[in-house]
Amino acid sequence: MSRYRVAVHIVPRRGLLDPQGKAVADALHSLGFAGVRDVRVGRHLVIDADAPEAQSAERVVRDMCAKLLANPVTEDFEIANVEQA
Amino acid sequence: MKFGIVKFPGSNSDEDAFLAVNDVLGQEAVWLWHKDHDLRGADVVILPGGFSYGDYLRAGAIARFSPIMREVVAHADRGGPVIGICNGFQIACEAGLLPGALLRNQSLQFVSELCRVRVENTDTRFTNQYASGQLLRLPIAHGDGRYTADDATLDRLEQNGQVVFRYVNAAGEVDPAHDPNGSARGIAGIVNERGNVLGLMPHPERAAEAVVGSADGVALFESVLERVGV
Repeated sequence: MSRYRVAVHIVPRRGLLDPQGKAVADALHSLGFAGVRDVRVGRHLVIDADAPEAQSAERVVRDMCAKLLANPVTEDFEIANVEQA
Repeated sequence: MKFGIVKFPGSNSDEDAFLAVNDVLGQEAVWLWHKDHDLRGADVVILPGGFSYGDYLRAGAIARFSPIMREVVAHADRGGPVIGICNGFQIACEAGLLPGALLRNQSLQFVSELCRVRVENTDTRFTNQYASGQLLRLPIAHGDGRYTADDATLDRLEQNGQVVFRYVNAAGEVDPAHDPNGSARGIAGIVNERGNVLGLMPHPERAAEAVVGSADGVALFESVLERVGV
């Protein structure tokens, strides 16, 4: 067993209205960042977990996302990084 | 009839629900602690409003894993009535008792006001004491009330008569300007396909006596008595 640090991004699904993202995009526009086309505000979680190897650590975190961390109706997730902790 | 009212850490409409059931309806109400493993013989379960577990992660996401929820889901699977109000609606969606999800209000503002809803289907065990199309004044108080589901799910809800309450304007029409949170198709409350689980964002238990501004919520609880039997 080793300890792994798994980072996961969870964002509102594309196509769903994200009023927070829209408010941030509007603020960026008013600051002069004219190139901003879309902003989605989500969550970033960093999970330390013991697992025999990196792939199984990632698999377990995917299972966590499906069961609790992301809402399957409204959110998408992606594993951002897996490293030895 | 016995109503079981669940207390989660952070529930805040539990006392209002107790008062509506006990004092106004004259029925027995019992508390169900979130760590309990039995429903204490309750015929009807109320998941009250509030901010269970501080709305951490997502509203209702943690409460769904409370020990009592296993019993509530089993009760619903047996056809037992469950009423999810506000945070209770969010918990019911997270637990898979109802389709869809409740997202941050479109305005990003917490809304606390008396709103107007229209009764869309009176042939349910929660609405049979209302008249079809009846307009109700019910309070809302939430930050995450924007009902969302994919189009196929919304179409199915409509076809099955599962949309029971909709936000409307004074003329009784669905109107984006009077949809307080940006809910899809103005949806304020739905039932599951079997018709035994109701979820709604407005608070019928806070509209149980004229002295608080509206008694329009009482008929919802009376409907349950009528259909389930006292």
